[in-house]
Amino acid sequence: MTDKDFTFTIDGASVTAQPGQTIMEAADAAGIYIPRLCDHEGLRHQGSCRVCTVKAAGRSVAACTQPAAPGLVVESETPHIQAMRKSLVEMLFHEGNHICPVCEASGNCELQAMAYRLGMVEPTKLPYLEPTRPVDASHPGIALDTNRCISCGRCIRASEDVDHKGVFGYCGRGIHRRITVNGEDLAHTDAAVSDHAISGGVCPVGCIIVKRVGFRLPIGARAFDRQIIGEAIEEKRR
Amino acid sequence: MNGQADHQADAIAAVAEEAAAATGHDRHRLLDMLLAIQERCRWIPPAAVERLAASLGLTPVFIRGVASFYSFLSLEPKGKVIIRLCDDIIDRHAGLDAVLAAVTDELGISAGETTADGAVSLEVTPCIGLCDQAPAAMVNDIVLTSLTPETARHAARHLKAGKPLHDLVSPHFAGLTPQQRVHAQVASNIRAPGAVLLGEVPREAGLRRAATMEPRAIIAAIIASGLRGCGGAGFATGRKWEMAAREEASRRVVICNADEGEPGTFKDRVLLTERPHLLFEGMTIAARAIGAAEGILYLRGEYVYLRDHLEAVLAERRAAGLLGHAILGCGGFDFDIRLQLGAGAYVCGEEGALISSCEGLRGEPKTRPPFPVQRGYLGFPTVVNNVETLCHAARILDLGPDWYFAMGTAGSHGTKLFSVSGDCRAPGVYELPYGITVGELLALAGAEDAAAVQVGGPSGVMIGRDSFHRRLGFDDLATGGAIIVFNGSRNILEIVDYYLAFFVHESCGYCTPCRVGNVFLRQAIAKFRHGHASAEDVEELRTLSATIIETSRCGLGTTSPNPVLSTLSHFPLVYAAVTRPAQDGQQASFDIQSAIETARGIARRRSFVYDRDFSQ
Ligand SMILES: Cc1cc2nc3c(=O)[nH]c(=O)nc-3n(C[C@H](O)[C@H](O)[C@H](O)COP(=O)(O)O)c2cc1C
Ligand code: SF4
Ligand code: SF4
Ligand code: SF4
Ligand code: FES
Ligand code: FES
Repeated sequence: MTDKDFTFTIDGASVTAQPGQTIMEAADAAGIYIPRLCDHEGLRHQGSCRVCTVKAAGRSVAACTQPAAPGLVVESETPHIQAMRKSLVEMLFHEGNHICPVCEASGNCELQAMAYRLGMVEPTKLPYLEPTRPVDASHPGIALDTNRCISCGRCIRASEDVDHKGVFGYCGRGIHRRITVNGEDLAHTDAAVSDHAISGGVCPVGCIIVKRVGFRLPIGARAFDRQIIGEAIEEKRR
Repeated sequence: MNGQADHQADAIAAVAEEAAAATGHDRHRLLDMLLAIQERCRWIPPAAVERLAASLGLTPVFIRGVASFYSFLSLEPKGKVIIRLCDDIIDRHAGLDAVLAAVTDELGISAGETTADGAVSLEVTPCIGLCDQAPAAMVNDIVLTSLTPETARHAARHLKAGKPLHDLVSPHFAGLTPQQRVHAQVASNIRAPGAVLLGEVPREAGLRRAATMEPRAIIAAIIASGLRGCGGAGFATGRKWEMAAREEASRRVVICNADEGEPGTFKDRVLLTERPHLLFEGMTIAARAIGAAEGILYLRGEYVYLRDHLEAVLAERRAAGLLGHAILGCGGFDFDIRLQLGAGAYVCGEEGALISSCEGLRGEPKTRPPFPVQRGYLGFPTVVNNVETLCHAARILDLGPDWYFAMGTAGSHGTKLFSVSGDCRAPGVYELPYGITVGELLALAGAEDAAAVQVGGPSGVMIGRDSFHRRLGFDDLATGGAIIVFNGSRNILEIVDYYLAFFVHESCGYCTPCRVGNVFLRQAIAKFRHGHASAEDVEELRTLSATIIETSRCGLGTTSPNPVLSTLSHFPLVYAAVTRPAQDGQQASFDIQSAIETARGIARRRSFVYDRDFSQ
């Protein structure tokens, strides 16, 4: 702790933060997991999924973008907030087509894992939007199925900021806002399998698929088959 | 063949290059470039995207991302003329159906289509700020008001025949001054001029005072006047200026928000038409107060018909030494204003989104903090104020804070412009002191049979007769100024459904609750309209609304469920009347009818179990 560091609380636990840190960054360092989908290690914060919503000084904010402040009282795992988070995850499921049993990402998927963590175990009350977007399999090494896209923008930021390429971008507005690629299709971009955006585990769901390696890791031995999402962070505190 | 295509692509690239060069290849002016290309080519062709990308060092997908954000930019070819009929609920109540039928009949196309010869495209669009003369339409850079099936058919025939667009306004269009052209298209409908804005206003009196004052004293005067923002949120204007002035920075910026996108609001249109000098005076005073040399007027794309008029006023002010270097002869008082035209996106009225739009980005709100007064346009401290707010500020400098403070109520000082439309005899703009009751305003507007009033537009609240005693102002019913009147024959759920459709259309799509949640909220209301809802669905409406409000990222999402929540609390019987108890064994919110609709189609017969009249 330097003399500029300060403390605040999350669900009553004292957390140390450095000036400029977000609530989520400080929480991560302290071993407190706040659910998230659009935020990803090493990428700039976007603040769009809203699954990280917390109450800070009584006001709902996104923990991934909200700066921590000395003495701030943050509520995270209250029943009310957890219910809202679950509702947001349900919205994402219903916005796309998610049929986990036949999905390559099953077991490694953060959306699926988040649904388990938040207790989404009953049928929901929402209708399905059932998108029918064509799958882009033009690239020799990569397939892109945006019917499962949760619009988290992680691929965009990874490609722009880590790969320095700009393979992906958003198009459209509102419910029609979609991920698109910088060309007619993926084959007409400079995307490479070795890109961080493609192979770095950046896509939280099963949209960006590297060809010929599917199911290499058997179901049952995958990331969230072994532990609940967020446990890796929570272990720091044990 | 190929040669011809190449030639065409070259010509398009030349248009794109010219548009880029006109801004000095400044990528922050991308929206201006895209608007110029759209105007010349009637769409944004791939060759233009490629050229802009190469010329500006951006990716094509980024440029398509920006273009696809705005309703008035198109990545597909459009007609030489685009007719955009306002399809707001007010226009529907004013006879839109018959107008639309006449136009589609005359053109032989429906909304969303273009005639085979590429002459005319027909579209519908949300409120274009002409609600007091609905049904209304935009046609390229002009507007048509108070349409009837006959006038609409005549216009469609005229355009189909390729006759000059501007003849629709006046055969002498070219000979009119810019302001005359505006008046030839739109009536200002000032029904009640007040003490501050719409009565007699001496020219430059406030600015002359301000030029002799220290910036700090200007801010102190605005704080003392009690002026609060007129764009909806009601933030104290003087405090906003003070915060921007206090930031360490090499540049500061004043932006006037003339996006006026809230359906039912059109008072800024009237100020821009009738009081443009007062507005620019206010911006110049704000600039002196915070130390800004740059100003931007963000004009909504729907108000393109005001562009030449406003540019002419700006030019006049530059020539008169009221803009530019050493304003009014004061050394170091330098300030100029550029006009940024929008392109059809309600969310761009949100100040962060507005700044994004001015920076050549998708019009998405920005993450706060930092707030615009800290780091706004291009990262510099920026004051964003509504048109009306800035006009008030100029008058306060002239007549003093005490004069202004004395008007209105304890929490809301001065006067306010109200845009009144819908079921009333005298739609138009009313300037009245804060604190007037809804009932008093309705009486002035000739709305005796009002049964419901939407205060503040879709993002505000709908109230019924039992609330007409309530006072307009921040102490009770806060509003940016829209007062939409509905008589007893109007269908409340249809209005709610329209407003939700509006929010779905206008959501930027950035965050989950607003992008997706509003779609589901609208579908939930559809269940009520179809008579498939049970009491449990009312709870569902409330829960979903609460989640959207609490988790959305900007003011669009945090207000979008208001039509539902305010009608639930003020018109509970409307919901009760269409709610049925859940049927045995079925999840109450499960709409079996729509679920089996596809199956009915495939089987080409009705359901044995669920269609009660199956036996007939
Ligand atoms: C979705 C949305 C749309 C808005 N549209 C407008 C608008 O058209 N005009 C406006 O002045 N303010 C609008 N606002 C409010 C602005 O964000 C901002 O508060 C206002 O321009 C500040 O000016 P004021 O303090 O003078 O009112 C909008 C806000 C939201 C959330
Ligand atoms: S992306 Fe995730 S949630 Fe969607 S189907 Fe695949 S595993 Fe399931
Ligand atoms: S493709 Fe994957 S990483 Fe990209 S936005 Fe969609 S879900 Fe996120
Ligand atoms: S609330 Fe709606 S408009 Fe605002 S950022 Fe989220 S999606 Fe965009
Ligand atoms: S993780 Fe914070 S909004 Fe997505
Ligand atoms: S112009 Fe049609 S409602 Fe405003």
